[in-house]
Amino acid sequence: MPIYSEKVMEHFMNPRNVGEIENPDGVGEVGNPVCGDIMTFYIKVNGNRLEDVKFKTFGCGAAIAVSSMVSEMAMGKTLDEAKKITPRLVAEELGGLPQNKFHCSNLGAQALSKAIDNYRKKQAKGGKK
Amino acid sequence: MPYLDELFGNPSCLHDWGDAAREAMDTAREQVAQLIGAGADEIIFTGSGTESNNFAVKGMALAQQSKGKHIIVSAIEHFSVLHSAKTLEKWGFKLTEVPVDRYGMVDPDEVRKRIRKDTVLVSIMHANGEVGTIEPIEEIAGITREHNIPFHTDAIVTAGTIPVNVQELGVDALSLAGNQFYGPKGIGALYVRKGVRIMPLLDGGVQEGGRRAGTENVPAVVGLGKAAELAKNDMASRVKHLSHLRERLLAELPARIDHMVVTGHPENRLPGNASFCVEFIEGESMLMLLNSQGVAVTSGSACTSRALKASHVLIAMGLSHEIAQGSVLFTFGIDNAEEDVDYVLEVMPPIVERLRQMSPLYAKFTKTGKGGH
Repeated sequence: MPIYSEKVMEHFMNPRNVGEIENPDGVGEVGNPVCGDIMTFYIKVNGNRLEDVKFKTFGCGAAIAVSSMVSEMAMGKTLDEAKKITPRLVAEELGGLPQNKFHCSNLGAQALSKAIDNYRKKQAKGGKK
Repeated sequence: MPYLDELFGNPSCLHDWGDAAREAMDTAREQVAQLIGAGADEIIFTGSGTESNNFAVKGMALAQQSKGKHIIVSAIEHFSVLHSAKTLEKWGFKLTEVPVDRYGMVDPDEVRKRIRKDTVLVSIMHANGEVGTIEPIEEIAGITREHNIPFHTDAIVTAGTIPVNVQELGVDALSLAGNQFYGPKGIGALYVRKGVRIMPLLDGGVQEGGRRAGTENVPAVVGLGKAAELAKNDMASRVKHLSHLRERLLAELPARIDHMVVTGHPENRLPGNASFCVEFIEGESMLMLLNSQGVAVTSGSACTSRALKASHVLIAMGLSHEIAQGSVLFTFGIDNAEEDVDYVLEVMPPIVERLRQMSPLYAKFTKTGKGGH
């Protein structure tokens, strides 16, 4: 499968942080079946930091590797730091992505960002923490 | 490979080396003609199956444009037919696509209904390589003959694999390719019935009866001829062997994996074709995990295609994008054996399970019971 970098293959074969969080503090979902990839990110927040990040992904090898990499990059970061994770940074960390996969499969950062927004919205409404 | 070495002559040349190459091509032409029940002078060698399809669709339509500018193709044609037809559309032709049913089958009556006074070409594939469905070509040919409209069939996945006879099928033109039956890559042929008009796409010398200019790829032509001969001789045993392996996989794999459906026609299908859709997961990730276990498959999912679009064949059969994303195609070859089926039956279920555990669609389904088919 030479279309993917070694790092992408490694994350695809051994994805980190797959799963769901029970009673998550925030959830973010992106994608649709027509484009081919659907990603859901779950976060647990402690203070201002991401204490836990998990994901479920329907999609190609790149989509799964991206999700795994985003979860790893975000873990332990403050919410503001995690918000700064961009698709470009994720692709760089993965040693590059095929050009045609860059946009459709590289939605992990967006899903994480949505999960953080979801958490913040709940906070603003006077939720827990 | 003498035709790359001492027999390097150009078949258009009159010297002895040219003669040797020409004789070799004559033999190959006869072998290809015999494979499909044609006359040797009705075979034109091309550079690929794609070229054969381009040549047939564009060349036959253009040759008759004074009579009319309407063509009919099915919705599940290979892109070499479909995109040729769309190019003709840009050149002022009108294009009508015939739909297929959920098995990918063309209804001959649907072809009949679309014939107009100005229809100058019908092109329907003999079988579809993605889902294996074999089309009712003889019946369609009966209809086109009634209306005196030239009929081309793309037989690239059938010629050399199952019996193909141009007289029995009743077609006016037929495409085939060498790499589909253990011949060399980069060689194809187009059968054009004597008397049927076709406009050359390549102008130049008078090779191939003036219908396809350019120095012939002699080694590949010879290889195609030999492959055609072998395919003809071994066809019955190959079909029996491949059909048995296919039947096992079609029956036993969905028995081990829930929410996995067979795509394509249950009976009228290519001997080596076992195509499925697995729900809640995506084809490329299946392909990659199977590859890591030494199993080579293909998929019609959007992510697998470079264009990132789900297979037009699966969509034309009425499958949703979600289901089409889970497409996986196993094709058997003559070197496959029972053990290979056993091996797939062993490695595939854990791969599906692993990807489903990762899939938000599967999570949704197990929680709500929604999203299953």
